[in-house]
Amino acid sequence: MEDSGARSKILKEHFGISTKENQKVIALAGNPNVGKSTVFNALTGLRQHTGNWPGKTVDNAQGTFTYKKNSFLLVDLPGTYSLLAHTVEEEIARNFICFGQPDVTVVVLDATSLERNLNLALQIMEITSQVVVCVNLIDEAERKNIIIDFSGLEKELGVPVVAAAARKGIGLEKLKEEVYQIALGLKKVQPRKIRYSPEIENALADLVPKIHSLGCEQLLNPRWVALRFLDSDEELINSIVKYLDLQGWPSVRDEVGIAL
Amino acid sequence: MNNTIRNTALLDLKREVQKKRLAEGNNYADQIVADIFANVENIVKKNVFQKENQTNWSQIADNILTSRVTGYPIMLLTLACILWLTISGANVPSAVLSDIFFRFQDILTGIFIHLGAPDWLHGVLILGAYRSLAWVVSVMLPPMAIFFPLFTLLEDLGYLPRVSFNLDSLFKKAKACGKQSLTMCMGFGCNAAGVTSCRIIDSPRERLIAILTNNFVPCNGRFPALIAIGMIFGAGTLPLHLQSAAIAGIITGMILLGIAVTFVVSWVLSHTLLKGEASSLVLELPPYRKPKIGSILYRSFIDRTVFVLRRAVVVAAPAGAIIWLVGNVYVGEMSLLAHIANFLDPLAFVIGLDGFILLAFILGLPANEIVFPILIMGYLSSSYMIELENLADLQTLLVSNGWTWLTALCTMLFSLLHWPCATTLLTTLKETGSKKWSLFAFLIPTVIAFLICFAVAQSARLLGLA
Repeated sequence: MEDSGARSKILKEHFGISTKENQKVIALAGNPNVGKSTVFNALTGLRQHTGNWPGKTVDNAQGTFTYKKNSFLLVDLPGTYSLLAHTVEEEIARNFICFGQPDVTVVVLDATSLERNLNLALQIMEITSQVVVCVNLIDEAERKNIIIDFSGLEKELGVPVVAAAARKGIGLEKLKEEVYQIALGLKKVQPRKIRYSPEIENALADLVPKIHSLGCEQLLNPRWVALRFLDSDEELINSIVKYLDLQGWPSVRDEVGIAL
Repeated sequence: MNNTIRNTALLDLKREVQKKRLAEGNNYADQIVADIFANVENIVKKNVFQKENQTNWSQIADNILTSRVTGYPIMLLTLACILWLTISGANVPSAVLSDIFFRFQDILTGIFIHLGAPDWLHGVLILGAYRSLAWVVSVMLPPMAIFFPLFTLLEDLGYLPRVSFNLDSLFKKAKACGKQSLTMCMGFGCNAAGVTSCRIIDSPRERLIAILTNNFVPCNGRFPALIAIGMIFGAGTLPLHLQSAAIAGIITGMILLGIAVTFVVSWVLSHTLLKGEASSLVLELPPYRKPKIGSILYRSFIDRTVFVLRRAVVVAAPAGAIIWLVGNVYVGEMSLLAHIANFLDPLAFVIGLDGFILLAFILGLPANEIVFPILIMGYLSSSYMIELENLADLQTLLVSNGWTWLTALCTMLFSLLHWPCATTLLTTLKETGSKKWSLFAFLIPTVIAFLICFAVAQSARLLGLA
């Protein structure tokens, strides 16, 4: 497992996270004030420790839990509204999901304002397909007379959707089960692709093959990288170079070897 | 080796995309965000339902206050209303305060004479320190005491984030951040606080733009002077009941000009020294709240009014004393103050001011609050010793020193646009950590103030209007 060796090296050096062998890494993402910490505490209990992200003044919390004899390391990402990396928090969350390669990313959403929250879920699903959506605060939504069609939502998103009220402990067992299934590859998911307007899709059709030819599709979704090129996200391009260095980027190395 | 090839490949691709982006008008980033939200809306429409629609007042209010059609007029109207209330409300207490202060001055003078104090002591303490203090308080306190509670009321209601939302598209056109409007709102209170509040802007480029342009909103050190000059000169010929409205119009115009300059400078900076794209932001509009009258009064009086007044008084009293001295130390025929003013006069005349006004602005560098008091002290100490009893007397003083409507206008413009006060400059240095940018924070407004005043003064004179 050379691949997982490279990953644990990246996790350690860039995110200050040490994993045990066979431990699955779960990222916990979500908007601010959606009860993300409640979910985190409910899952990990007292088995957690807090610190800062390396080199940043942003809090970092990690905790572990065991489910069906598997050990999971849960990493609490900073609360963000998007992943477009305009803030330090967004940059940390994005880099972790992108380069930390968590086995599963749990996106916690606020059931009372899904319209605002789903934005983040869709952005994460663009980067990784290993996603479980946790719709939290369903008790509050109920009080506000909001009705959510969870099976419809699950079909629409193409990833597992768990209804939860973490404060009352509702939905946590199902969340663990879904995380477990995705992490161990027991369930295949097919996340919904964001449909862009023709203008963007045309630009993508042109750009994606070129990114494919760089040979990093095993590590990064080329479509997503292409979108960031269109955003002119310079920071990301630097990050890609930095992180891929550690991964070895085999295909280019091979090609270069042949060319020489 | 690998690195080089990889970097080259990525950079080539980046350049290619950049070229394409520019060729197609560069709105990919916005379009991507808009498309994501369109997808979300679609999903939500199909899967989330709201049972029994209650009337959602905050939604209705948001629709009106942030609408494309009504948003801007309402903002303008609100601003004009606040200014009108401030101006028409400040008139009477201003007159009463100055009346009390100057009656008390007579008593103090009487005591000094009774005690047989020397003339110079009476001059420094009463005619210098006390009188400028009295002016600062009576001219500045009433407008502040009305303006700040009103402004805090808007803040408490939750209207200011909506303003920020409305202005976001304009800032985006200037390639700056929508949150800049919030830092500008802080700037109305104090530019130094405004500069500090620029920390809420995450992109360093946009933060710098916001810091460099914060000075173009008049802080409360300049606001009362603007209002006072507006009250004295603006609309002087109109019937009394129309005057407040006209002055409110003038001041609103001044603020709009300041905002316009902010946009222009932001745009220019974004295209020259600080090139880059505007970042999109998610702004969570807080719910409307019932304002807490107690906390509004406390915050506006203690945090703002008293704070500003204290600063003004602390600087104005010694400054008044010093200026009285400088105004009464004679070198040859003229006082020292008049010598300096005379020296500045040619330059000042070109931009529609006079030597005393420019000198007051220069001496006002430590705090903008004292510019107007210094000016009055300057005129008083060097020319006629008339007794000032109310605003009408103030007008007489200014007119007798050669003020015209053009002088008033240029003074207001210069006050709006000129260099930031020392506190703001120091804050800028601290926030940017760069001497170069702090220098720019000084130079940009200064150059603009000179250019605009020059243009206004010269064109008015050419057209024979003044």
